[in-house]
Amino acid sequence: MRHEIVEKNVGLLAVLILVIISFGGLAEVVPLFFQKQTTEPVEGLRPLTALELEGRDIYRREGCVGCHSQMIRPFRAETERYGHYSVAGESVYDHNFLWGSKRTGPDLARVGGRYSDDWHRAHMYNPRDVVPESIMPAYPWLFERTLDGESTPRKMQALRALGVPYTEEDIAGATREVRGEQEITALIAYLQQLGTVLEGTR
Amino acid sequence: MNNLWGDSLSSFWSAWIIIVTLGSIGLAFWLLYANRKTDKIPDEQGNVDTTGHAADGIEEYDNPLPRWWFQLYVATVIFALGYLVLYPGLGNFSGVLGWSQESQWEEEVAQAEERFTPIFAQYQEVPIPELAEDSEAMQVAERIYQNNCAVCHGANAQGGYGFPNLTDDDWLYGGEPENILTSLNQGRNGLMPSWQQLGEENIENVTQHVLSLSGLDHDAERAEQGAAVYGSVCAACHTAEGTGNQALGAPNLTNDIWLYQAPGQSVADSVRQTLRNGRNGHMPAQAAYIGEERVHLVAAYIYSLRLDD
Repeated sequence: MRHEIVEKNVGLLAVLILVIISFGGLAEVVPLFFQKQTTEPVEGLRPLTALELEGRDIYRREGCVGCHSQMIRPFRAETERYGHYSVAGESVYDHNFLWGSKRTGPDLARVGGRYSDDWHRAHMYNPRDVVPESIMPAYPWLFERTLDGESTPRKMQALRALGVPYTEEDIAGATREVRGEQEITALIAYLQQLGTVLEGTR
Repeated sequence: MNNLWGDSLSSFWSAWIIIVTLGSIGLAFWLLYANRKTDKIPDEQGNVDTTGHAADGIEEYDNPLPRWWFQLYVATVIFALGYLVLYPGLGNFSGVLGWSQESQWEEEVAQAEERFTPIFAQYQEVPIPELAEDSEAMQVAERIYQNNCAVCHGANAQGGYGFPNLTDDDWLYGGEPENILTSLNQGRNGLMPSWQQLGEENIENVTQHVLSLSGLDHDAERAEQGAAVYGSVCAACHTAEGTGNQALGAPNLTNDIWLYQAPGQSVADSVRQTLRNGRNGHMPAQAAYIGEERVHLVAAYIYSLRLDD
């Protein structure tokens, strides 16, 4: 049989393996780039403000995504607890996605507006103060560190290159909006807008 | 079954998915089929040649694939094709079962509503003070409370720093059933402005006056000076006697209950901090999250907490 040819030529074997495993991506991933459902924002979606954007970076830096998903699946058990299931159009401006894949803590896709800013501050400073049985780590340094906003405009420019509709005005005012704010303020601003575009649709 | 073909993909990408999917299944099947037998034929005794590979004297027979294994593989191919006929998988073809994630979810929700709506509707008919005496309803209500309210107000409903205690008789916005319903359905926004502009001297005087209102240890001289400032700035919301105003959510200052007394903080320090920085209490509106039927039950639960003692 000719499979001997493939088995004895590592280069050819590698090329053929790549061809075979790319079928999955070609059928399941590539068409999504051209599908309206995944490329068009849901009505009312807006890009994150400068402060929320910095909050998002803190969310990423502190590894929140490791324990909290942002993806409500279409099961009643989930929609009862978290609200309307997540739809692709809500994530159009997310680069990268923070959907997560593990829930040590609850899903945060629609945490926006659910709790007061004060609650978030108390909770982030020491989760046990408000939820005695919580195993979430405390993040006290977010209260000590402030943002300088130096790199915020460049972050927004990069996002604009990826298709997020920031205006010149947004970018010009970014540093001023962010400078001097506590990191916790930025993080809470980010959390409080999560999932609010589809609010009240349940 | 009249809408087997959705239209979320253009026909090109739909065809693309169908070709890649069916093509790869066909290719995999061809690969297996072409290799199912060896071209070396067993001799009369049934001996087969080896593949010619040898390592440390260990050789490999060139046998065909085991029949059971080959058949299992064929079964998986048939399963895959059957799946693609029944369920959405081939581009815009939505499968003859008409299944979708959304329809499954809608069905789940409809079933639950059919089961639970009459129960909640029945509870909603009952006035809150009466419902609060219904132990079965209160079991349901406590579950809803624990899932939605306990994160701020605590599992025992006794609140915490900045989160009101729901078991005592002190109500920021009133403890009558309709007040509780409004708080739950529409949420509340408490705003105590910062009085930094009064200056430290006046803040200290007003602090002493506020301590005196609750009968706490205070500096009588300063309290007297503070009373004048209190009368001109604070009394508008907290009333001249300090009994508060439930229409505004202005707390009663005479009952020695301090919402913003942090653990380990003295009352005086807490009052000073409030005067300097102001406070901003926010109760999120719950109707959008749990619906008015469940809010009614939770209101009864909160109402019931006072019946225990």
